[in-house]
Amino acid sequence: MSGVHDHHGSAEMTRRVDALVARLAHRGLVTDAAIAETIESFLTHAKPSNGFRIVARAWSDDAFRARLLDDANAAVAELGIDLSHWAPVTLRVVENTADVHNMIVCTLCSCYPIALLGPSPAWYKSAEYRARAVSEPRAVLAEFGVELPERTRIRVWDSTSEMRYLVLPRRPAGSDGLDEQRLATLVTRNGLIGTALV
Amino acid sequence: MSARFALGACVRAQAAAREGHTRLPAYLRGRIGSIVALRGRYPLADERARGLRDARVEMVYAVQFSLGDHDVVADLWESYLEGPA
Repeated sequence: MSGVHDHHGSAEMTRRVDALVARLAHRGLVTDAAIAETIESFLTHAKPSNGFRIVARAWSDDAFRARLLDDANAAVAELGIDLSHWAPVTLRVVENTADVHNMIVCTLCSCYPIALLGPSPAWYKSAEYRARAVSEPRAVLAEFGVELPERTRIRVWDSTSEMRYLVLPRRPAGSDGLDEQRLATLVTRNGLIGTALV
Repeated sequence: MSARFALGACVRAQAAAREGHTRLPAYLRGRIGSIVALRGRYPLADERARGLRDARVEMVYAVQFSLGDHDVVADLWESYLEGPA
């Protein structure tokens, strides 16, 4: 159980979660095996390759891209990705263009499209990223090695409700002729958060 | 029940701090933005966090705020918003 919570500053949380699990197990409400199975199933389904596939399809199929931007839950279901498996979240895909670069944050906690990207990186949950993403996103992007032209407006999506966001990066130059499978290998997790260009 | 604000409407995020749990971020309080999307109706996070079984269900709006050289869009429940002063 504790391995799931091993990141900076979480020792206290681990202790509390373990205590809660012990209480629930004592009452016969959960078993260690059931928890392990749930986590296993969760991590098997929640992986960044889901996000990469979605982007590769959107780059190669304009009609799919249009459906994805219009109703992402329905569009990703076409690829066999079932978002309802975890929680009733509504997915919104936001598209990068020459004029707008999108970036995702959850300033209040750490909401993240786990189903499509797997567990979030530690920096995404850090107080620093959560504060600076909305106050000085251009400087944050520069630290990630992303330099945008002055005229590109940065739009930061703060995940404050049941909505989860995914960035659709711009298709890289020179990727013409690549099939979906090859395109998917170009996409990175950070590109889908907006802290990388692809 | 219809939505109080229309797409494109100018709104102000409540300036006063809300008591208890809320999903209205402090850095947006008192700021003026515009409605860029209606997200549908969801139980009010503030009431749901208190464990209320019949939490009030309200329209959630995507509101875009201009913060100098960039924009921030946040999804805000109707009671977090006021008409512009």
